Amino acid sequence: MKKKKAPDFVTVELRDGSEVNNEEVMLFKMNGVSYLACAPQSQPDEEGREIVLCRRQKRSVNVDELPVGKFPDGGMFWQQLPCGEEQDAVFAEFCRRYEQEAQEKRRKELKAAEYLKLNRWQRFVYKLKAFFCAIPRWFVALFKKIGRFFKNLGLKIADNAVDLWRTFRYGSWSTRVSFLVMGFGNFAHGQWLRGLLFLLMQGAFITYMVLSGAHWLSLFGTLGKVATVEVYDEVLDITIVQHVDNSFKILLYGILTIFFIFAFAYTWRLNVKQCRICDEITRSGKKVKSAKDDLKSIVDDQFHKTLLSLPVFGIVMFTILPIIFMILVAFTNYDYLHDGYNNLFTWVGLENFNSILTFGSGLSVAFGEILAWTLIWAFFATFSNYFLGMFVAMMINKKGIKIKKFWRTILVMTIAIPQFISLLYVSNLFADNGVVNAYLIRWHIIDSPIHFWTDGTLAKIMVLAVNIWVGIPYLMLITTGILMNIPDDLYESSKIDGANGFQQFAKITLPYMLFVTGPYLLNSFISNINNFNVIYLLSEGGPARPDWGQVGGYIAGDTTILITWLFGITTGAEANYKMASVIGILIFVVVSVLSLIVFTIMPSNRREDDFS
Amino acid sequence: MTEQETSQQILDFDVDFNAAAANVEIDPPDPNFTQTEQTEFRKRFVDVPRPVSRLVGQRVTNRIANTVIYIVLSIMCIVWLLPFFGIVFESFRCESTGLEGYIFPKKWGFDNYVRLFTDPTSNFLRWFGNTLAMGLITSVVQTAFQLAVSYALSRNRFKGRKFLMNMMLVFGMFPGFLTLILLYTLLSDWNLTMTNAPWGLILIYIASSGMGYYIAKGFFDTISHSLDEAARVDGATQMQIFFKIILPLSKPIVIYTILMGFMAPWGDFVMATFMANNTNNGYNVAAGLQWLLTDSMINDYYTTFCAGGVLVAIPITILFMLLQKYYVAGVTGGAVKG
Repeated sequence: MKKKKAPDFVTVELRDGSEVNNEEVMLFKMNGVSYLACAPQSQPDEEGREIVLCRRQKRSVNVDELPVGKFPDGGMFWQQLPCGEEQDAVFAEFCRRYEQEAQEKRRKELKAAEYLKLNRWQRFVYKLKAFFCAIPRWFVALFKKIGRFFKNLGLKIADNAVDLWRTFRYGSWSTRVSFLVMGFGNFAHGQWLRGLLFLLMQGAFITYMVLSGAHWLSLFGTLGKVATVEVYDEVLDITIVQHVDNSFKILLYGILTIFFIFAFAYTWRLNVKQCRICDEITRSGKKVKSAKDDLKSIVDDQFHKTLLSLPVFGIVMFTILPIIFMILVAFTNYDYLHDGYNNLFTWVGLENFNSILTFGSGLSVAFGEILAWTLIWAFFATFSNYFLGMFVAMMINKKGIKIKKFWRTILVMTIAIPQFISLLYVSNLFADNGVVNAYLIRWHIIDSPIHFWTDGTLAKIMVLAVNIWVGIPYLMLITTGILMNIPDDLYESSKIDGANGFQQFAKITLPYMLFVTGPYLLNSFISNINNFNVIYLLSEGGPARPDWGQVGGYIAGDTTILITWLFGITTGAEANYKMASVIGILIFVVVSVLSLIVFTIMPSNRREDDFS
Repeated sequence: MTEQETSQQILDFDVDFNAAAANVEIDPPDPNFTQTEQTEFRKRFVDVPRPVSRLVGQRVTNRIANTVIYIVLSIMCIVWLLPFFGIVFESFRCESTGLEGYIFPKKWGFDNYVRLFTDPTSNFLRWFGNTLAMGLITSVVQTAFQLAVSYALSRNRFKGRKFLMNMMLVFGMFPGFLTLILLYTLLSDWNLTMTNAPWGLILIYIASSGMGYYIAKGFFDTISHSLDEAARVDGATQMQIFFKIILPLSKPIVIYTILMGFMAPWGDFVMATFMANNTNNGYNVAAGLQWLLTDSMINDYYTTFCAGGVLVAIPITILFMLLQKYYVAGVTGGAVKG
């Protein structure tokens, strides 16, 4: 069995009053009871350090016995074991585990020694193998983590409940009132500003819930029952269609209400906590912070909160909330037929995911091919730009090349011009009746126009080529500075050793560049997966592939990547929002899995002295 | 001593320190050696002549390599600039308005430019105004937001910091277009779409600007903490430290953020087209000019598009070239740190 990862920082109070505060702590379980072994640092002698064994106590039933405030080790209680049979047994178990651990450590060290002997390619293969071998363990770890998360959540809630109970029982009367009327304790202690804010929050919450929150929440489970009713208008003598429920709004405001409830619960807890702190401060005879102090702290101690408040509010409202909304949409049947206004939409579970991921269905074929092309596109777009850009930068950097600034300026200038202008122009340049075809025909090189954008394979090559045209200036800019940072003596000494230009590039330049720009490569790979502009402006995802069928009135094509597919489905004539959000979620999955893989085996994990 | 003086002193000290560090690199002439001795030393050990044949061979290959590089670079420059010259030439074409199979106009003139401003269909002045307003407002507010977030995350270790950063990382991995439909519905409830689309777009840009804090944070991380501590000892508040000490040192990153914020609306056609929802008045230049190239319009407005493109590209390019240095600093800094 593997050793549980010990918490970084453990503070254990022993019976004699001394504290153990030490990193060499081992946690293990025996017969269902958790034990902790540690060597207190107070004993100076390294060899003869006595091992202290502690047993985890069950949560004390008598709440009054709990210490106030700090709970050691995240709410766990440890008691030193008394001498006796139990101690001997635990000590034997500890010795066995310790030995096991030491062996494991030795084995690992051996592996490291072997690893250093491998060459770069073998190392890469080794890492790749280790990565795939580690996947099952990841899942185990993931489930364990989830389990631990819920356990910790439970513990936290229990702790909070205990704390609340204690606060209520021992708090002053004003504290008790603030359980009901938020901010009352603050008023009683003269903190009128905080009190006012708490009170306002409570007022706003109650008003909101009564007026609309409860309504949205009650309909959240069904997303509305009645879309329209026909009402007879006596004055006009006609029946008028009246809209009742709106699924879209129910979903949106339902999420908002849930957000608000959480925010309120947090504020309420904060209110109670502050009352307790105020009580404690008053009891110890000190003065509580006044409103003036609070105002001062906005620009001083709490300045970071001031800075963060508005931007984070914006992010929550315009990024996080919409994304959560769209994630939930993936589990509904929201599309142009069920627009939530004339026809309600409702929860359908995993049906949308089924339709796109079920092997063999029309949609899954399209999805598979588009996903494959997206990855191919991202790979070639990233690395062709990377190497060619680096190559151009090296050419310009080369000693003896004059007017370096001129070459750079010309390339950099192309970055400034908005992409939609240059790309749309290039797209028309290569159109069937565009300039390129016209000149080629005039010069009798070809007889009929080349279908740059309507031939599947050619279109793919073209978008990649034009993307190189777009990307080289960026890469040239980025790599120039880094290339200049490579110490010249590395090249000098390699020259003396008889290395030619290519060897220099492969052994010095490339490893250094990969090391420094590793994170950038990952970023640009991901941004290429989502590189909407180049694809959409050049080929609009075409040439269309009718055999894939249409989704949302949009027929995907050979150069369609996931993001343009998503856009087409969202804006198509028969907009299919549910599939769009399924694709959005799948893009997220692809991106996050890729980042995880790359972060695990990234060259930047290598040590820098590998390069010499 | 006022805070102003304190920070000034700190800055002075920093500058002095840098100057001192720079001085070290210049080797002072060693007084123990005379001039002749030094030249003798140089002759013997530094300027050792290499074997002649190798030198000559190297020179020849070097010259060939350089010639090849010059040729390649010249071709590249032509390829890279060709489309832009193409656009300029086409914008001066008078004899026809659609796609033609040649670059050089047969009849030169300013017709397309005149048309751009007078034709009721192309509402170029309005589009330009919209975009300019969006650029100006967005750049200012976005810079403030981004600097605030990155400074707070770079300098403070508070509870929930990691959570916040992870949150932004995870939600940043969702494609931005996912939320188009929701944002449109939301903004149309507040009457911020169609004609008012620029205002809705400004709101969207600003609200999500905190997500792009990485580059500025990387910059703030490199500024020494000893500056803050010194100011703290002298009794400066956190706000004073931010505005009076850190911000003056962050000129490159501030300019970079402003530049990025200003340039973004000029190229954004997806959001702009979607939010304006076929309302000519609500377009920005990108959406408007792209609309001129839709299938039903392209034959009448292709050259007009080119003229509009030139008029948009010129100010942006000038601005960009002027502030190029800051752009390079920002981009490379971001690339190296990820």
